[in-house]
Amino acid sequence: MRYSALRILKEGLTGNKGWKPAWRDPEPKREYDVVVIGGGGHGLATAYYLAREYGITNVAVLEKGWIGSGNVGRNTTIIRSNYLLPGNEPFYELSLKLWEGLEQDLNYNAMISQRSILNLVHSDAQRDAFIRRGNAMFLAGADAEYADADQLRRELPFLDFDNARFPIRGGLYQRRGGTVRHDAVAWGYARAADARGVDIIQNCEVTGFDIEDGTCRGVETTRGPIRARKVAMCVAGSSGRVAALAGMRLPIESHVLQAFVTEGLKPVLPGVITFGAGHFYVSQSDKGGLVFGGDIDGYNSYAQRGNLPVVEDVCEGGMAIMPMIGRARLLRSWGGVMDMSMDGSPFIDRTHIDGLYFNGGWCYGGFKATPASGWCYAHLLARDAPHPVAAEMRLDRFRRGHMIDEKGVGAQPNLH
Amino acid sequence: MLINHPLLGPRDAAEFTYLGDACLIERPDPDAKDAAERFLEYGYLRDNVAGEMRELWYHEQGDRSWLVVTRDTLTHEITRVEIARDVARERGRST
Repeated sequence: MRYSALRILKEGLTGNKGWKPAWRDPEPKREYDVVVIGGGGHGLATAYYLAREYGITNVAVLEKGWIGSGNVGRNTTIIRSNYLLPGNEPFYELSLKLWEGLEQDLNYNAMISQRSILNLVHSDAQRDAFIRRGNAMFLAGADAEYADADQLRRELPFLDFDNARFPIRGGLYQRRGGTVRHDAVAWGYARAADARGVDIIQNCEVTGFDIEDGTCRGVETTRGPIRARKVAMCVAGSSGRVAALAGMRLPIESHVLQAFVTEGLKPVLPGVITFGAGHFYVSQSDKGGLVFGGDIDGYNSYAQRGNLPVVEDVCEGGMAIMPMIGRARLLRSWGGVMDMSMDGSPFIDRTHIDGLYFNGGWCYGGFKATPASGWCYAHLLARDAPHPVAAEMRLDRFRRGHMIDEKGVGAQPNLH
Repeated sequence: MLINHPLLGPRDAAEFTYLGDACLIERPDPDAKDAAERFLEYGYLRDNVAGEMRELWYHEQGDRSWLVVTRDTLTHEITRVEIARDVARERGRST
């Protein structure tokens, strides 16, 4: 399926009868080389890179609902690589580089817009910390730029610079950061993986694992048993439930994160703005809505909805830093379930069961990681060795004492 | 969410802070031979229940008591609230 202006014109004149499904709807085969559990962004990217980079095309992606029905369709669409620690930053920079080439690679318009991301600074100490972060980003080949308050007053005059509690002293820009049309990421990867022979099997829930003598030989599903040489879990948000089927306990808790969007407005925000001190971040979608969010609700939850105290907290943060947001009406809000890991960083690793692999623990940073997560997971599945930029994202890092603790708050998933 | 505090009656959950699974009451014996392994599990691994879960809430903006709240993580429905000290004593803890 190819899309073009000419095609839209032709279909428009002939009753739109010529459009075909963008990917096949195959029956599951009895056996695959690799079965990926979870048809979200990460699972579809994994299948695509397995096929493209490693020539492994006898692959199935099993999805409980429809592809893209989980967190790839429930996030706030931000891409960035402004991390500090060596276990994280090279990985996220690889991801940003893959984003930059993604539309050409997939021949699919994902509306990738590098409109910049800005982290606001409110004190001298925070300025020093963010400049250090910028230097760490340079070391990984990323871009960073410190802007002082005068520059920000010119660029973003609507912010409350003289806020009594959090006056704005400056900010750290990453100009290559931005936003993406999130559903198009799932659809683009699905179409490209399907074209290379990957079976995308929807409405197929995994109900158990076929484990013999410490080796995983396949999965039980609602559409019958499927054997596989390698089984790859990729179900962030539901990792606890799926891993429990294999008898695993994980360093993960599931929490709910809410997001919000206002009515459509004329362009007011040039890029993404984050107000970490006030638990608030915001961008403007191409349709004009202000898309914003804040912290997780803070208690274990598998419900895809949150509670009102966090709605109030996030809106207070918005009013504090950007008072004009009070004139916009809130259109809708929603919640997604996050794998909150014990140190706030993800996992791409083998498990203690041969043939069973794990990808999860993305906290609320999974969307931006989608291409690199798929890239590195495909590498792990094909080569049985971690990709160099994901080498620290191991399940045993707590045992070894090598946490990737960006926030430095220890084993408190509700604080990351 | 409202938490029906055994002493104070229904209180807004926003008055509380959250610690997590109530199994954290059962701190491993530091003198046991396998203490390192058990503290690893205690500190970092979770059952992450989908359904009814017992969890620790701290009434920070209230009477500063620790509570064991039984709550469904799929619906947020709270079915039982106990004082954590009573739960710990029932399990043989002295304090």
